[in-house]
Amino acid sequence: MALLKLDNATIRFGGLVAVNGVNLEVEKGEIMALIGPNGAGKSTIFNLITGIYPPTEGGISFNGKSIAGLPPHVIAGGGIGRTFQNIRLFNELTVLENVLIGAHTRGRWNLTGALLKLLPPVRREEGRLLELAIHCLTQVDLAHKAYEQACNLPYGEQRRLEIARALAIEPALILLDEPAAGMNPQEKQTLLEMVRKIRSAGVTVFLVEHDMKFVMGLSDRIAVLDYGVKIADGRPEEVRANPAVIEAYLGKGATH
Amino acid sequence: MLHGLVNSIDPYFLQILVNIGIGITLALGLNIITGLTGQLSLGHAAFMSVGAFAGAILTLKTGTPFYLNLVLSGLITAAVGALIGWPILRLTGDYLAICTLGFAEIVKVVFLNMDITNKALGLTVPTPQTALPMPVIVLIVAVIMIIASTFIQNSRFGRALKAIRDDEIAAESMGISIARYKVQAFAVSTFMAGVGGCLYAHFLGYINPSDFGFLKSVDMLSMIVLGGLGSIPGAVFGATILSAAPEVLRFMSQYRMLVYGALMVFLMVFRPNGLLGGVNFTDLVLRKLGVKPRGAVRGQEEKY
Repeated sequence: MALLKLDNATIRFGGLVAVNGVNLEVEKGEIMALIGPNGAGKSTIFNLITGIYPPTEGGISFNGKSIAGLPPHVIAGGGIGRTFQNIRLFNELTVLENVLIGAHTRGRWNLTGALLKLLPPVRREEGRLLELAIHCLTQVDLAHKAYEQACNLPYGEQRRLEIARALAIEPALILLDEPAAGMNPQEKQTLLEMVRKIRSAGVTVFLVEHDMKFVMGLSDRIAVLDYGVKIADGRPEEVRANPAVIEAYLGKGATH
Repeated sequence: MLHGLVNSIDPYFLQILVNIGIGITLALGLNIITGLTGQLSLGHAAFMSVGAFAGAILTLKTGTPFYLNLVLSGLITAAVGALIGWPILRLTGDYLAICTLGFAEIVKVVFLNMDITNKALGLTVPTPQTALPMPVIVLIVAVIMIIASTFIQNSRFGRALKAIRDDEIAAESMGISIARYKVQAFAVSTFMAGVGGCLYAHFLGYINPSDFGFLKSVDMLSMIVLGGLGSIPGAVFGATILSAAPEVLRFMSQYRMLVYGALMVFLMVFRPNGLLGGVNFTDLVLRKLGVKPRGAVRGQEEKY
């Protein structure tokens, strides 16, 4: 059974159909990529999955349960972590605090916990969350910057911090929205290995990406989106040879 | 004995001290919702008013012991805060600010027309007979509020509030229920305002609905903006300065508001984040002592 399943997912913004009847399955343990030209609706699909927008039509199920129309915090709590195309860190806070917020769903002490901060059960939980946060930071090689302010990190590190924050949810599925955007080739290579490591730690990866070389080298399977419609789906070499994909990217009449 | 000691202090000085204590309580309360959660409230004086009248009426009608009364008036205010907050906290920014402003006016007008609050005549509240003298109680409450605020700020709860302040969409995507946390923060914030109001009523001995107008809300906001939004030392500092300023500047008589206004303008020009905004005291102390932050050291030692 697929971990994530989009069944005829559709969203309309007024007259614009941003995502049109997309069927998509992400299998447990794979690295799946979603590609397509600018404005194809890739990020919108991520926003549908994470509940930022409810689908106008169609269903979305995660782990066999329908999540369409649920609020974002419930979906996140169910085990879907994500990053954002235009980085959305908590800029005023430290790197560590950012990741601790990612670990929010892993704790349960609330206001009472805050006021009874010194009691052992609350302290144990804080210690556990701190350990988890440091572990996630280590995974993206940022533990040494734990006490820096998030907005002071260089761009590439901010992208990695977003991944660490998403990992702190301890998700079954992580959605990466253009993780390699704006990175140099060396940073991209590091990121590639990082994503592979995340997968081998048991997290299913679903990513949106523009960089073809990055996607081809990393993904098990690729889906292609054009004008909100899925035009291809398959292994990287299949997708690369697909005429519809070539047309979407290069225009009609082009040869490769 | 304590009573004797307190009585030997100049009552004028004592009055300023109590004003500062109440100011700290109120400022820290507002800081929870505006500084920490990032939701601007321009109607906090209304919640102070609810706490003041709740406390006064409890004392006058039921004669409950003062300490219980203090907690009860805080809880009543928090209940009102949660009830009001639940619908209006869906709004953000200016809209929320205007909404809280409107609510504050409604509270004032309602209290001015109710028999139980004695309409525009206000209520005279007897000084409570307690083992501890009032000024000592006020300062103890202020210290408790400082500790509670610090605990909240560095907890899972407080982090969720800060996440909401910085980026609501990212916070939601981390599994934080925005609506729930905003209402809880508002309840905590109004609890503190209610306690502050109750102290105010019992120390002053007389309250009138008109005392808790827009200017009082702005006073509270000025305290935390002066000190630095979201900073606890800032709120304490701002409350201290602004509670003492009207008295310290009294020798200038009618010119003091001019100086007060000019001070605020200069501050906002030269230090827009507030006097203590963006200063992390724990880090400062650690750096002075040459101690490395705990988590960073752990991350390096234990290789995962």
